[in-house]
Amino acid sequence: MIRYAIKRLWLGAIIISFALMMMFAMVYLIPGDPASVALGPRATPEMKEALRERMGLDQPVWRQFTNFYGSALHGDLGTEVLSNRPVLNVVMEQLPFTLALIVGGIVWSVALGIPLGCIAAVRRGGFVDQVIGVLSVAMIAVPSFVVAIYSLLVFAVALQWLPAIGAGEPGNIASQLQHLILPSLAVGLGWIGYISRMVRASMLETLEASHIRTARAFGLPEHRIIYTYALRIAVLPTITLLGVGIGHMLSSSVFAEIVFARPGIGKLVYEAISVRNYPIVSGAVLVTTVFFVLVNVAADILVGLLDPRVRSSFN
Amino acid sequence: MREPLGAIGLTLVAVVVLSAIFAGVLTSYAPSKISPTERFASPSLLHVLGTDHLGRDLFTRVLYGGRVALMIALGSTLVSLIVGVVLGLIAGYGPRWLDNILLLVFDAVKSFPTVMLALTLVTLFGPSLYAVVVVVMLVNVPGYARIIRTQTLVLKSAEHVMAARSMGASAGRILRVHILPNIIGPILILVSMDIPVVVAIEAGMSFLGLGVRPPTPSWGAILNDGFANIRDSYWIVIAGGLPIVLTTLGFTFFGETLRDLFDPRLKGR
Repeated sequence: MIRYAIKRLWLGAIIISFALMMMFAMVYLIPGDPASVALGPRATPEMKEALRERMGLDQPVWRQFTNFYGSALHGDLGTEVLSNRPVLNVVMEQLPFTLALIVGGIVWSVALGIPLGCIAAVRRGGFVDQVIGVLSVAMIAVPSFVVAIYSLLVFAVALQWLPAIGAGEPGNIASQLQHLILPSLAVGLGWIGYISRMVRASMLETLEASHIRTARAFGLPEHRIIYTYALRIAVLPTITLLGVGIGHMLSSSVFAEIVFARPGIGKLVYEAISVRNYPIVSGAVLVTTVFFVLVNVAADILVGLLDPRVRSSFN
Repeated sequence: MREPLGAIGLTLVAVVVLSAIFAGVLTSYAPSKISPTERFASPSLLHVLGTDHLGRDLFTRVLYGGRVALMIALGSTLVSLIVGVVLGLIAGYGPRWLDNILLLVFDAVKSFPTVMLALTLVTLFGPSLYAVVVVVMLVNVPGYARIIRTQTLVLKSAEHVMAARSMGASAGRILRVHILPNIIGPILILVSMDIPVVVAIEAGMSFLGLGVRPPTPSWGAILNDGFANIRDSYWIVIAGGLPIVLTTLGFTFFGETLRDLFDPRLKGR
């Protein structure tokens, strides 16, 4: 188990240094001199020279590269040009909004996906099962940004049931939750489908297990067998699926944040790109990549703990 | 009909493909023709889906946008398939150290969040059709290569391959004649199931303004135009989103049915 965990962490470290390399390329190899870009057209050559020196741009490339790595490992991702604040702070301020969105997506997908999968398994082969099957595939297939825009159109613009813009008043939980409903649905909808399919498959498998047969032989009521004994086991694979899901929801959250004008990492990156604020872009991408890698490593290790077969196949 | 879902899927796919091919016949407007007097016209007999902020006929733009979407989907899927197969064969048949390096690269590339990857690439190289193709490749190639690699490893020690090698066949010939034809079938089904994903990537990137450049018609770009005017002109987002929904659903239903028919082992993947 420890060997497996170390291997996963090692891979995570490689991916993060890969990302760092890309960030370095982005900030330093982009056309145009970063110092002139930062200071604007009215800067004197002396000012540019001073800033270049301060940013370390006068040093050889390999030296810049090691400096970049060193400071990134210390959590120093550079300074934002416009407000003169550390990039890491700017990014970290937005992270909670994106995390709230992802948690909301998980709540949607678990709250609807597990019951749907369970019902489908109980009614195996019947009409209800088929409808749920088609619905699940449809929810997986339709891209989240279309869901975001259509739900905005229907529930916020046409019906005006829910707010369309922003993350809600700071400090007002009710308003924040209200603002979370639609964007998190857009983020989680596809995963309702994935989870319901997954739960259905594992539920069918579990219902064949010998302890369920024993429970039947003892004459326990069917609903008790299904909802107490079978579901408890059938839900386990969902945990691992959600590990992958968080990464995908991170991608969808970019769209949800833009469509619903919500603060968050995705919106931060998107706006930074349009004004060519590269340090913010690279910082935010780096933070999300690290987050993504950590979640995946954690999920993989969790699977390894729960399922010995995964461990042995990895060695 | 034994597979109603597959039939629905096939019909949707046929409608999308045919309307893209015959776009020129189905509409009398030009996709990028601006008509300032007809801005924001709601759907009518003259403009079935209405017009956008520049007075362009949305039905026409949807049809031509289908050409762009399908061409990008097929093109970039084909490129990903070729690159994935070649890398997978090399990893599976080549020396152990090369296999290890390639596996590491596949895992690393797969571990980046897709949208972040797209945003980084576009920041580096600017938005373009090629940026979309590269993103699709980075998303798809690792998966294809991994499957091909596993299958190649299995076949590497199969009797007919051993026989060919003992008779002095070159590595290239063995891979081409004795291994590839045996493993290409299952991968083709998987690849066809990825087409809706690719359509979504193109539309998504164009929606963010990171993909196809205006005035080229693209479903994602129509959605973006509509999103900017969603409160007054709801028909623009409907026109942009509907083809994306129908295409992804059509290809998915069709692909799932094909997979279940041809390769029940892949069921529930």
